[in-house]
Amino acid sequence: MTRVRVEVNGTAVEREVEPRLLLSDFLRHDLGLTGTHVGCEHGVCGACTVLLDGASARSCLMLAVQCDGLSVTTVEGLARNGELHPVQAAFREAHALQCGFCTPGFVMAVTALLEERRGEKLSDDEVREALAGNLCRCTGYQNIVRAVQIAAGSEG
Amino acid sequence: MKPPPFDYHVPATVDEAVALRTADSDAVVLAGGQSLVPLLNMRLARPSALIDLRCVGGLSYVRAGEGGVAVGAMTRQRELERSAEAFEACPILREALELVGHPPIRNRGTVGGSIAHADPAAELPAVLCVLGGRVGATGPRGTREIAADDFFLYPFTTSLEPDEVLTEVFFPKAPSGSGYAALELTRRHGDFALAGVCAVVSNGSARLCFTGVGGRPVLVDSDEPDAWQAAIDPSADATGSADYRRQLVAVLGRRALELARARSAQ
Repeated sequence: MTRVRVEVNGTAVEREVEPRLLLSDFLRHDLGLTGTHVGCEHGVCGACTVLLDGASARSCLMLAVQCDGLSVTTVEGLARNGELHPVQAAFREAHALQCGFCTPGFVMAVTALLEERRGEKLSDDEVREALAGNLCRCTGYQNIVRAVQIAAGSEG
Repeated sequence: MKPPPFDYHVPATVDEAVALRTADSDAVVLAGGQSLVPLLNMRLARPSALIDLRCVGGLSYVRAGEGGVAVGAMTRQRELERSAEAFEACPILREALELVGHPPIRNRGTVGGSIAHADPAAELPAVLCVLGGRVGATGPRGTREIAADDFFLYPFTTSLEPDEVLTEVFFPKAPSGSGYAALELTRRHGDFALAGVCAVVSNGSARLCFTGVGGRPVLVDSDEPDAWQAAIDPSADATGSADYRRQLVAVLGRRALELARARSAQ
């Protein structure tokens, strides 16, 4: 067992874990943060995307022990005082989800994208390229791209 | 749990990492984990131990100088992609890095990890080869430099000794006035390429390095499509036949030359 100290959604967490425990399973099973979804578990689908020190990362492609000393943000950490994060609100407004399985990964990837490109105008092609690592199996990506543009506008 | 059990070491120095490698030849080095962790998840890799380099100081840097860009092995791919000085010295780096996986992958994936993993379809090994770069490796016998062309041997196999740790990757500047291009064809953006090419042209000479069409990056000092075809050894898989890859090499090689020549003329 190895000791891991991380900050998760602003709260300091310390646990003894097996080194082979994936960050995705650490979040879901050890911390009960089941908003981070697990799809392919080999880095293709993007459903498990979280923020590590503000940058997007696949939580299924990381061991929990690798996050020692880092700050992790999951979809549970976005809303403030009962108010949806602008990206979450934009997804709702644009109907950018159907079954919702891929949504937390998309929301985290979009949050990182808009933080990185704050104040910039993004073309739809740029949005699609930035989100190419997130798969939605329900339908097309039209409304997801629209949600990003809404969120970009409301944050810009 | 997805990965098989392994011991986990977090050395603080390169020497400690080398000692761990020396003591256990089944241990593998963990850098960013974007290739290794999927292999663990699918249990295609069952190492006795992981040697995680995350706490080894001094392995994350981008230093552009007269001769080129020196990059610490643990530098995240995204950091190199965004580095203005690296772009100025070796613009092909950014063009190639934008083809590597997706932003979340590049946020974690390291430059040294991609080079040491030696996937024949990967972009960074091809950039290193086409620029005639080298890597720095430290082992129990000290530190040595290995030229890119001597480094990549077979799929996922390099000339790094089992007790050595890759510490630096050096990308030389192409001659001034030269042009470059990095292109590939993928089924979906960010997927492993069916085939790809990095090209540098200068003073009428052309050097191309193809990916995904051989056991290692295929370097060719010629702008003749026949020479490319003679050098490659593509195989078929679920994404495309060998013949299709041969055709891609012809098309991508031509497009890369056109783009590189247009840029060299600017």
